[in-house]
Amino acid sequence: MVVGAFQDAEGRPTLGNLDALRSEAALSALRGSLVLSASTALIGAVLGAVLAYLIVSLPSQNLLRRSALAVSGVLAQFGGVVLAFAWIATIGPVGVVTQAMSDWLGADVYGDGWLFGLPGLVVVYSYFQVPLMVIVFTPAFDGLRPQWREAAVNLGASTWDYWRNVALPLLTPPFLGALLLLFANAFAAYATAAVLVSQGQPIVPLMIRQAITSEVLLGQANLGFALALEMIVVVSVVMVGYNLLLRRASRWMR
Amino acid sequence: MTPSPGFKVLRAVGFLLFAVYFFVPLLAMLDFSTQVRGSAPGRTWDNWAFMVTDEDLRSSIIASLLLALFTVVLMVALLVPTMVWVRLRVPRARGLIEFLCLLPLTIPALVIVVGISNVYSWVTYLLGDNALVLTFAYVVLVLPYAYRAIDASLSAIDAETLSEAARSLGAGWFTVIVRIIMPNITGGILGAAFIAVALVLGEYVFASLLHFDTLPVATAALYKSNGPAAMAAALASMVLVAALLVGLTFLSRDRHKQGASS
Repeated sequence: MVVGAFQDAEGRPTLGNLDALRSEAALSALRGSLVLSASTALIGAVLGAVLAYLIVSLPSQNLLRRSALAVSGVLAQFGGVVLAFAWIATIGPVGVVTQAMSDWLGADVYGDGWLFGLPGLVVVYSYFQVPLMVIVFTPAFDGLRPQWREAAVNLGASTWDYWRNVALPLLTPPFLGALLLLFANAFAAYATAAVLVSQGQPIVPLMIRQAITSEVLLGQANLGFALALEMIVVVSVVMVGYNLLLRRASRWMR
Repeated sequence: MTPSPGFKVLRAVGFLLFAVYFFVPLLAMLDFSTQVRGSAPGRTWDNWAFMVTDEDLRSSIIASLLLALFTVVLMVALLVPTMVWVRLRVPRARGLIEFLCLLPLTIPALVIVVGISNVYSWVTYLLGDNALVLTFAYVVLVLPYAYRAIDASLSAIDAETLSEAARSLGAGWFTVIVRIIMPNITGGILGAAFIAVALVLGEYVFASLLHFDTLPVATAALYKSNGPAAMAAALASMVLVAALLVGLTFLSRDRHKQGASS
């Protein structure tokens, strides 16, 4: 595939495919992908951290806590075709919530089809990002030992002091690490977007789909290779950062 | 520290909001799948029956289930002997195997498809144009999850002593792996199999881009002609996968209990 990225349709070596990456369409797809991944990673990380804190604040044998963790485990795996359908059924043109809102409040949730563009993808991707964050981040909260809090309180710290000076610095590396993981997860996701978006290529994975399945523009397979290479580069950068942060985080989480 | 009443109320509201966000789409799907076609009033289960009556959908379900079965069998047949062998005979290669097995997790599935599509034109040429040839790709896809599950249970037993005991009693390597090691890591193998089935039943990227009719691909296509029936099929597969994954968490909890009591 790497070789393919540097070949033209007849197999001659070329840098033309990389030039094509700088084209307007490819750049806007890359921008769309980065915006989508970054925003859903941020939303997922913040909401997921809140939910993780709510879960951790329950006693450890609590039924709600255990089932919430189990459900998170299931929902984080829940993507693809089924997820796209679920949201079409909810806020699609004839979705349940769309109809309920127009019946009761006269509000138009569907609008002019934002669900099938980039904003819709943000809402839909958050659906699996939040549970993933819960799974990744709950151990970090669990790793905060009650002794540390007691020690801080003994030394005269208020609740605010404890969070500001003890908990937050400890939680920051795992939080950033989880953020990168979520970013990579959203960046690589394809199936949901493929079902939801049928026109245009707002993000890189859909552009790859068009490049390798197009029947109108032949000989674009090598552009697909180049785009795939671009994805690998982005993901590897993210993963290297993730591993560095993980090493930093594990210093205290023993 | 006991939480204050105000925090408890806040927590309940928070849980409620998250529950709404996560469960409304699922309920909406259920609602959608029981609607009569053409927005007529009333409820029907016809769309659920459609899964069995429709020829295309039924064949795609069978294809997906067979695919899941073959993937699990091939995965176990490949991974278990390799991991046992590496652990007992060439411990130095362990890092390499681990790296290779976790690699598919870091590379986006879409990128793997782009890379593998050339290989697959040869595979379909040699083995025929059948959805079951996807097995090979899916084995690669489930490797990271399967590796972790099996590795965890393999670390929990003393594989070296067990195999040395068996070898000194005259067992061959085949007997050691199949009759000594495997029964001891059933939990790990089951866990790996559950995750593999769950992944294969929902996998869309490979199947759609390589043009094979598995259940998710068929559902996505069906949605364009018969929405409610597609919803029903999607929800059914989702429930099955959820049951498998929840079963997995119970399985691992039982294993913890066993470990604690012994």
